[in-house]
Amino acid sequence: MKKVITGNHAVSYGSMLARAEVVAAYPITPQTQIVEKISELCADGVMDAKFIKVESEHSAMAACIGASAAGARAFTATSAQGLALMDEMLHWASHARLPVVLANINRAMGPPWTIWTDQNDTISRRDTGWIQFYCESNQEVTDSVIQAFKVAEQVEMPAMLVLDSFYLSHTSEPVDLADIALVDEYLPKYQAKHDLDPAKGHPAYGALCNDEWYYELQIKMQRAMDRALDVIVKEDALFGEMFGRNYPVVEGYRADDAEYLVFVSSTVASTAKDAVDRARAEGIKAGSVKVRLLRPFPKPQIRAIVKGKKRLGVIDRNLSYGSEGAFYTEIKSCLYHEPQRPEIHGFIAGLGGRDVTVDTVFEMIKITANQSPKTDINWQGAKLA
Amino acid sequence: MPNKHYVPLKNIDDIPTMAKTLGTMLVNETGSWRNVRPIIRNEDCIKCGICWKYCPDMSITEDAEGFPVVDLTYCKGCGVCAAECPKDCIEMVEEVR
Amino acid sequence: MKYSIPTEEFVTSGTVACQGCGAVLAMRYALKALGGDTVLTIPACCWSVIDGPFPYSSTLVPLFHTAFETAAAAASGIRNGFSIRGNDHTTVMAWAGDGGTVDIGIQALSGAVERDEDIIYVCYDNEAYMNTGIQRSGSTPWGAWTTTTPVRHFKKEEKKDMVEIMVAHGIRYTATACVSHAEDFVKKMQKAKQIRGTKYLQVFASCPPGWKMKSDDSIKALRLGVQTGIVALYEVENGVYKINYRPKEFKPVEEYLKLQGRFRHLKPEDVEHITRWRDRRWKLLEAKVAMTRELYGTDA
Repeated sequence: MKKVITGNHAVSYGSMLARAEVVAAYPITPQTQIVEKISELCADGVMDAKFIKVESEHSAMAACIGASAAGARAFTATSAQGLALMDEMLHWASHARLPVVLANINRAMGPPWTIWTDQNDTISRRDTGWIQFYCESNQEVTDSVIQAFKVAEQVEMPAMLVLDSFYLSHTSEPVDLADIALVDEYLPKYQAKHDLDPAKGHPAYGALCNDEWYYELQIKMQRAMDRALDVIVKEDALFGEMFGRNYPVVEGYRADDAEYLVFVSSTVASTAKDAVDRARAEGIKAGSVKVRLLRPFPKPQIRAIVKGKKRLGVIDRNLSYGSEGAFYTEIKSCLYHEPQRPEIHGFIAGLGGRDVTVDTVFEMIKITANQSPKTDINWQGAKLA
Repeated sequence: MPNKHYVPLKNIDDIPTMAKTLGTMLVNETGSWRNVRPIIRNEDCIKCGICWKYCPDMSITEDAEGFPVVDLTYCKGCGVCAAECPKDCIEMVEEVR
Repeated sequence: MKYSIPTEEFVTSGTVACQGCGAVLAMRYALKALGGDTVLTIPACCWSVIDGPFPYSSTLVPLFHTAFETAAAAASGIRNGFSIRGNDHTTVMAWAGDGGTVDIGIQALSGAVERDEDIIYVCYDNEAYMNTGIQRSGSTPWGAWTTTTPVRHFKKEEKKDMVEIMVAHGIRYTATACVSHAEDFVKKMQKAKQIRGTKYLQVFASCPPGWKMKSDDSIKALRLGVQTGIVALYEVENGVYKINYRPKEFKPVEEYLKLQGRFRHLKPEDVEHITRWRDRRWKLLEAKVAMTRELYGTDA
């Protein structure tokens, strides 16, 4: 069934299709429509979930963790300051090995206050042990909620899907809402491997561990993340078979015969396609590559797609102050041991919601095609002079 | 010397995915903490159960005749039973090792 | 032997609690009242450690350790997680120290009570951040020494009255308790178990190292707390106050204070201050009993 819906509502419908059982969320612009729609769906009996209207985002994640530990499918949504506030509990969820799913609207961090998009809120959380999907379209958002649960529940690691504030959260696009019976086939009811049912025993979870076993538990987390990359690819392929749509973790556009590639994520991936077409029309053999997954980082897929390329450019709508853009770091780093290492430009564009236009991306493609990089940070679209 | 409650864990394959406990604290024989131990004079005991009630180590149970019996494997020698006994029939004496 | 409280044990021996720990007895009594169909969630506090290190646990019910400020939020999540799967019979209990309740945990607790989540929240109050080495909390009483209120700057702020804060939320049932009065605590826990909605109990639990007293005096100190009126045993159900125990005459507060090294530095005028506080508080409490009985009747 096709509906023209905003990115926010795409999240809500995704959580409904995935049959989220406990939703604990706190309002924050621009996420509010997510929880408003979920309230509506629950009130109308379309969605059978307990909605805990918690008093802060920190409590939202704590409640999701409790619900997931009790054996229910837990979901929440937030943005920027809210994600930052729940940071402690993000670590708790991943260390507790609970498959909580979170939708984050990428909104720039204050101060100064802003509600417009950049990725610093989720980039800051890439070390928390959460799987991170960066979504380009509302269709991908709805489908990612479902896929996120499927993957998280298998590897016992939490997962977040992220989408740009306003450019996606408040923009309407046609979304094909899958038939819920088919979703049930793809994503069966959650069966926790370990839960809190007193009838099953009386363990304590998260007890004091010190240096006795902490290290090994972290190794288990990393192994789960390694497994997650394969599971994500496998489950996406299955999703494609069942629903006719899929989302490669690294997706090229006119990349195969390209000489120059720009790496993009979220809505900039759509913009980049137009810029690539213009570049091609002007004789530049350019291509773009959408990176959907930041964690686990799809190293094999990145290495494969850059083979034979002359030069690369990475467009980051985020910045790790004192260093460089996050995708730039990850891509450079995973190519370090490769026998063939093309030059890579690091572009920063669109911080705080500054529009990243086709012109801006085209500019970056031209730079990638014509120049060697001189710095790790090339500000694009900024009022520098 | 580990007791029967000990859970042997050698390497990463022995532990669950998260820190989930596998045994009880009966492995921890806190009797070794004692400097003094309780001695109960049954002759004066009225079997009121107060020592059982207030033991913070759950170390007091009753014997076949209903008199309190201290489990010295776990008794920490805190002295609460002696302090609370309404008949003063519990005395804390120096522990001998 | 005579047993005045249920006999089944849900806490094993071998805990790493200090000698004479009141917090262990509090948990022991609480679980005796609730039985085995209970799930605990415990934030950072003494009990995070007392229960035992991985891979061992001393409680014979499932326990979910959670972050410091989250006891009530985690409990809310566990309750809703059970309920959506059709389990409304398991008791979900948040078990936290005073620091994790009146200070860092107050927001989550306030939210849970306002939402009337079906959980029991028990604060075992030993009047300081004991697990981290005896630092003052909002629940530390006026006059007490702690490591952050040293003798020259002993605590000059009054103890935060958490039970009254719960009453202000319109909570269905809240009560004070004291480990020395085990039967009263057990009865209140059993009562709480039968009520749907949020229940808050604050149980006064002794801490020999933190209160600087002999472990032997652990229960005696608590009993004196009640007999001197420093600890008031009362409950508030649907807004109606009821005092559970009122000594005909209060013992002088000195008898309670002199047992504990944390009060050793107090001068006569300080003891007077505490006595005045006790008297004022009881006057107010008795007024509330009379007033709420009149306003709301006895149909609580």
